[in-house]
Amino acid sequence: MFGLGKKDTTVFVVVIILALCAPFILNPFPTGSSLAQFNAGYPDLMQRFVIFGIFAIGFNLLFGLTGYLSFGHAAFLGMGSYAAVWMFKLLSMNVIPAIVLSMIVAGLFAVMIGYVSLRRSGIYFSILTLAFAQMSYNLAYSVLTPITNGETGLQITLDDPRILGASATADGGIPVTNLFGLEMRHFTTVDVAGWSFNFSVGYYLCAVIMILAFYVAIRIFRSPFGMMLRAIKSNQQRLYYTGLNARPYTLAVFVISGMYAGLAGGLMASMDPLAGPERMQWTASGEVVLMTILGGAGTLIGPVLGAGFIKYFENIFSKINDGVLHGWFAFLPDGLENFVIAILHPFVGKGWHLTLGLMFMLVVIFLPGGLVEGGQRISKALKRNKPEDSGAARKANHEPAE
Amino acid sequence: MSKSTLTRRGVLRTGAVAGAGVALPTIFTSSRASAFTNEPTGGTVTLGFNVPQTGPYADEGADELRAFELAVEHLNGGGDGGMINTFSSKTLDGTGILGKKVEYVTGDTQTKSDAARASAKSMIEKDGAVMISGGSSSGVAVAVQGLCQEAGVIFMAGLTHSNDTTGKDKKANGFRHFFNAYMSAAALAPVLEKMYGSDRKAYHLTADYTWGWTQQESIQAATEALGWETVNNVLTPLAQTDFSSYIAPVLNSGADVLVLNHYGGNMVNSLTNAVQFGLRDKQVNGKNFEIVVPLYSRLMARGAGENVKGIFGSTNWHWSLQDEGSKAFVKSFGTKYGFPPSQAAHTCYVQTLLYADAVQRAGSFNPCEVGAALEGFEFDGLGNGPTLYRADDHQCFKDVLVVRGKENPESEFDLLEVVEVTPRAQVEYAPDHPMFAGGNLGSCNPGA
Repeated sequence: MFGLGKKDTTVFVVVIILALCAPFILNPFPTGSSLAQFNAGYPDLMQRFVIFGIFAIGFNLLFGLTGYLSFGHAAFLGMGSYAAVWMFKLLSMNVIPAIVLSMIVAGLFAVMIGYVSLRRSGIYFSILTLAFAQMSYNLAYSVLTPITNGETGLQITLDDPRILGASATADGGIPVTNLFGLEMRHFTTVDVAGWSFNFSVGYYLCAVIMILAFYVAIRIFRSPFGMMLRAIKSNQQRLYYTGLNARPYTLAVFVISGMYAGLAGGLMASMDPLAGPERMQWTASGEVVLMTILGGAGTLIGPVLGAGFIKYFENIFSKINDGVLHGWFAFLPDGLENFVIAILHPFVGKGWHLTLGLMFMLVVIFLPGGLVEGGQRISKALKRNKPEDSGAARKANHEPAE
Repeated sequence: MSKSTLTRRGVLRTGAVAGAGVALPTIFTSSRASAFTNEPTGGTVTLGFNVPQTGPYADEGADELRAFELAVEHLNGGGDGGMINTFSSKTLDGTGILGKKVEYVTGDTQTKSDAARASAKSMIEKDGAVMISGGSSSGVAVAVQGLCQEAGVIFMAGLTHSNDTTGKDKKANGFRHFFNAYMSAAALAPVLEKMYGSDRKAYHLTADYTWGWTQQESIQAATEALGWETVNNVLTPLAQTDFSSYIAPVLNSGADVLVLNHYGGNMVNSLTNAVQFGLRDKQVNGKNFEIVVPLYSRLMARGAGENVKGIFGSTNWHWSLQDEGSKAFVKSFGTKYGFPPSQAAHTCYVQTLLYADAVQRAGSFNPCEVGAALEGFEFDGLGNGPTLYRADDHQCFKDVLVVRGKENPESEFDLLEVVEVTPRAQVEYAPDHPMFAGGNLGSCNPGA
């Protein structure tokens, strides 16, 4: 279907189902229950899942296929956000021009940064991209304050011109980002016997764009162009000796990857019209590397899973405070309760980084192929229990992991 | 590469199943029509406390969180009631807000606009918070205030001292109890003139974000009005922890006063660096070299230790004040936590009470009605003397304290002494003052 192979179609359909049913999947616990703390199905976090999914898919095109490890990808995300917010300030609150411009701006910067950085490979490439990203961050933070509003971040105000839209709504408020009148922040909550599910306009826009981005990524993976990129990863020297110039290919994929990041930045600004310099900081660039490795670099679905995993920890674990812990362990005797909480305390709330770090270590040590490898091992173990089609299963297992 | 075959029957069947699946939830749909965002319907109401738990302002954030917990306890009738007993408005009776028990959720702003907004958004969308408070950085306060305006909830700003919060970035849904950079400068300038004379050369080190900029602008304007000269202003990144490279040039600049427009961990580090470089023992232009810290807090004074002795600054509130409200607050805070509260804790506690009281008086949680109840509200008994919530810009007007690092502290908390209480009239300004111009409150947004 859609010009995809059978296996890819399955993966694609799974992604579509996951994306469209996310409001149900992410809210598995009834609202009133004590486990509701772990529900992630509220609009802001769902939007983050898919937006960072797009970001990681784009990063994986570069890192997973060519092996070029860019340590400055967040710069494109940040530039995309600034471009989108400026579009909201100057043109209109419709998200389409903002998203288009954010991709164009990120693409242009990717051409410039890529042209310089791609002259080197390996660690030197990483350092060059890191340097460019830190430069962009520092420029946005202080020198370019008139354009970026410094540390506070660029926001929309009542005095913006907005040539094609209104500066202010009829009742004097700041207009809302929309898609031809469909407000991005609008969401409907549906209650079903104790559960409540949020259906957000902004989320579904992001989800549809993520599905498109995922589809394009599959096509690139399977195209002759993708094959060239893999060749670059396996042995660039040999490629040069056969008379092929690798640089146009690497530059092309670097720009595509940068535009994915710009798209993610534009979407972030569309969901919440603010752009701050910390989006470009090296920690943000490192985060997408973590997402990709955690999920499984070079696989199709891995980066999306990794993005979801990290964002879940950042937003859910960081909100568990001691009060919540006391609520959970209230059934224990006092001394024991305090003991258990004292042990858990460093791992939740502001200690979520620690938990995430431990998980990352476990994944890297025991599942070098990321979460995707974990899934493959489980399915392999399940298949082994069915001897009647073991031959077919073994054959399938010998295919390269995706 | 295999292609799957599509049949007419297969497509129809899939379509029918998918259609039924999409239509299914609407059967169960219960209407959730409410007049405003997160209208509390059960027996509880949720407030969101968004404070920095990591980063340069983490100390302030921790103290703010203690104050919020104390305020919630008092609102729900626990403890000794604290400032509820001394508050001039008598609507709060320890039965929660409008009879609903107060619950709260917390989040970490990380002193980053993006993280703070994500945290506030999850409080509003997931936890159903009807009011967001806290924050210890003006950049964050401005960003979160913008978010609350868009989402339709009330924002009760915590520690934010930039002129912009109620100046060019003011919002109808946002309210600030804390004083601002202009007030600091207006209160500090006369004292500086008295102590250091009117012929001085000042060198500014400024935290590079909205608060630093407006603080520097305000102090420069106020001191230049005295006749001081401004030699240089150097912007330092907020995340900076070592200021040695910024201090060295001060020695060769010919300046005889160093103004540190820094707060929290920044100020602790920059002041320590400055003292280590021996700035305070220097004689420049025949005068003693002096250091001024426009915005002071006890937490910072403790962090900087010995180095704060004799250094002037301003503060919103200090635990050694002897009015009834301050005494009641220090007593209940001290009983619960074992040490006196900071100014950050004070402003957050007061903001929570003011919000609860405004809801009681309005008889509704609707942000527009609460906002109207706060606008132009005059009150007393919350530690700062008679105070006005000005309707034009949602800024509180009250007396400002000028403080000095104590030479002989009696305890580890007794680090600052109040030099002067600058009366409210001296720090007031017109809503359209040039340092505050350019903003627009807009109209209040109840959301939904």
